[in-house]
Amino acid sequence: MKDELIERIVENVLQGRRNKEDEGIEEDYAGEPGVAELVQEALDSGIDTNTILLKGLSAGMEQVGQKYETGEYFIPDMLTAAEAVEAGMKVMEPHLAGEGASEGKGKVIMATVEKDLHDIGKNLVSIMLKGAGFNVVDLGIDVPAARIVEAAEEEKADLVGLSALLNTTMVNMEDVIKELENKGLRDKIKVIIGGAPTSDDFADEIGADAYGKDAFAAIRAAEQLLSGGKK
Amino acid sequence: MSQRGVIVGKPYERLSREQVEIINRTSLDLLENPGILCYHEESVTMLEKAGAKVKATREGEHDAWWVSIPEKVVRQALDTAPSKVTLGARNPENKVVMDAEESRVHFGSGSETNYWLEIEPETFSSKKDGREQVFPVMKKSRGNLSFLSRSAHLANNLENLDFFIRNVNVQDEDITTDNKDVNVFFASLNNITKPVVGGIADFNQLEQVVGMAEIIAGGRDELVNNPVTSFITSVIKSPLQVVAETAEKLIAIARMGLPVVISTSPQGGSTAPIDELGMVAQVNAEALTGIVINQLANPGAPVIYGAVPVRARMDDLHDMYGVPEFCHYNMACAQMARYYKVPCYSTAGVGDAKVPGVQAAVEKMFTYTAVPFAAPDLVHYAFGLLDKTQTFSPEQAVLDNHQIGMVKFLHRESGVTTEAADKTRKVVEEVMNSPYRMYARYARKMLRKGGIFEGFPFEGEADDQDQTLLKLHERFKQLEEEKPQHLPEDVCKSIFEKTPGLLPRLNPYAN
Repeated sequence: MKDELIERIVENVLQGRRNKEDEGIEEDYAGEPGVAELVQEALDSGIDTNTILLKGLSAGMEQVGQKYETGEYFIPDMLTAAEAVEAGMKVMEPHLAGEGASEGKGKVIMATVEKDLHDIGKNLVSIMLKGAGFNVVDLGIDVPAARIVEAAEEEKADLVGLSALLNTTMVNMEDVIKELENKGLRDKIKVIIGGAPTSDDFADEIGADAYGKDAFAAIRAAEQLLSGGKK
Repeated sequence: MSQRGVIVGKPYERLSREQVEIINRTSLDLLENPGILCYHEESVTMLEKAGAKVKATREGEHDAWWVSIPEKVVRQALDTAPSKVTLGARNPENKVVMDAEESRVHFGSGSETNYWLEIEPETFSSKKDGREQVFPVMKKSRGNLSFLSRSAHLANNLENLDFFIRNVNVQDEDITTDNKDVNVFFASLNNITKPVVGGIADFNQLEQVVGMAEIIAGGRDELVNNPVTSFITSVIKSPLQVVAETAEKLIAIARMGLPVVISTSPQGGSTAPIDELGMVAQVNAEALTGIVINQLANPGAPVIYGAVPVRARMDDLHDMYGVPEFCHYNMACAQMARYYKVPCYSTAGVGDAKVPGVQAAVEKMFTYTAVPFAAPDLVHYAFGLLDKTQTFSPEQAVLDNHQIGMVKFLHRESGVTTEAADKTRKVVEEVMNSPYRMYARYARKMLRKGGIFEGFPFEGEADDQDQTLLKLHERFKQLEEEKPQHLPEDVCKSIFEKTPGLLPRLNPYAN
């Protein structure tokens, strides 16, 4: 029963089903419980959060990652699976708080920098980070440097992820790093940048810790920078 | 019903109805005056009996006849010519079913190139800094049976290739006029389960080739029902001349009840007028002439209107394929064939370029995107042809397969229905009320059903080099590893017993 429930969680992560309303990739999932309902059922039946997290949600996400690597899955599958994991995490949140694991792999502030309204890449990274077990606070688009740093301080963030799509706005990323330095937070908070006009060179130039050429590179960089989880 | 090819929902009509009728009228007038110059006596006899006016003449060393074909003879032939013709295949699922009143486009190969051009990757080091890099080096070889067999095997594995016309001319030492046809047809049929279409070089081998096809199909009636091989006859020498030996083949094939393409290939600027009206009126008259002879020989025989109009280069009068006039000619011909309700054999995708690369890609993509909009039933020359049909490149054929996949995708139905609109409203509402307002989730079903095109699969990793050709070479080598689908052993045995001239080295079961 316990193993079967966990397997169904994995299966529904692969299908990207947040809840019973969602369609799967394949047919015949209409009305069947999704990840949220299954996680609730698992909790109700006494399965511990660690097992649900590791053997259910994370294991599912791991399989999705492997399928992506082999070309069987694509970005929409990864995103949808990450959303399903997030739905499961929401159900688990009240239980995790008591166990001191609510921060997951670390807390990340995500934002598209000031004067830039583009958010596909930033959203992608946010969803994937959540699916990978990070606690993400997404500030949205066109966010001034001061607000990003303020949120990072308030939320006791480990990492700030900055996105820009325009040559004219990417320069605002440097303002965020300077503001972190001014506030004396730079040593505690890592910075990852991404977006079409940015590069490794640009990251070095402005003093960022890493550049993510795509969402997966960003997740890998976040995991490396915060390896060991929440300190 | 054919599962191959792609339906073009609304064929592009370059010509108005009035313009189609002007071309039809002009072609019919040309067939009456000056008429055709025919070198084949039996054709002349049939035409005269049907009502044509005939006047004997001499052309050099040959007897010839001026034949004035009246409209009623053409009309009668068009009345008996079927609008539905099937190209059979060893695997019946690969049959190409043409219906001139439908608009399903199929893509195929051709023609018999003298050269096989293959990529051989080679590592070079920079004179400047010694850095090593792999580049595609081209190796050009004269065509032979081995290359023909390999190209048929490749064609079998290119999912967007719907019919096979041999694309390599064989120049082996043990191949002569007396054994060429049986060997090239066997090399083709033994390596592909899709329709094989080809010309006969030597009339005397027609019966043997048909005999071979009968063994494969299981008998004469079975062959007529599933013509695993069909024929092409270039019965016309432009302008407006009927060639004796080819006419003989055309008549014999018609009497066997096997499908035949009337292929006429005038060159605008040398053997036909270069302007669209002039070219199309002439090539149309030539195709109609072939159809008339075919139908007089056997009314109701399966026949395909084959027009291969090309334009001359103005600097050397060679053929030129990658130009807008080529598309104009071919699109107009497709419209004429549809007007007559006869299946149409057309052309697109030849590179004037000598090697695969930017020029070839531009020329090919231009014509095999444009011409199919007019919805001819068959588009030949579409795979691997370069240097104005002189060279076949397998790597280019792999690229063409991908590009033709794009063209087929282009003609997919839009999916706009009332039910789909209801779903769209629901999805937009859901997304607008979700945190990230992204539609990625909803792309998955289409992705799984093949509803989203794969993109360009031959993209390289280098920042400073176009690696497409190297990737194509890798893919070609992978496809070459695919298991051959040879004829069954008993069928091969029977063919080798009954077909004189077949080279034992082609038998896959010989030790």
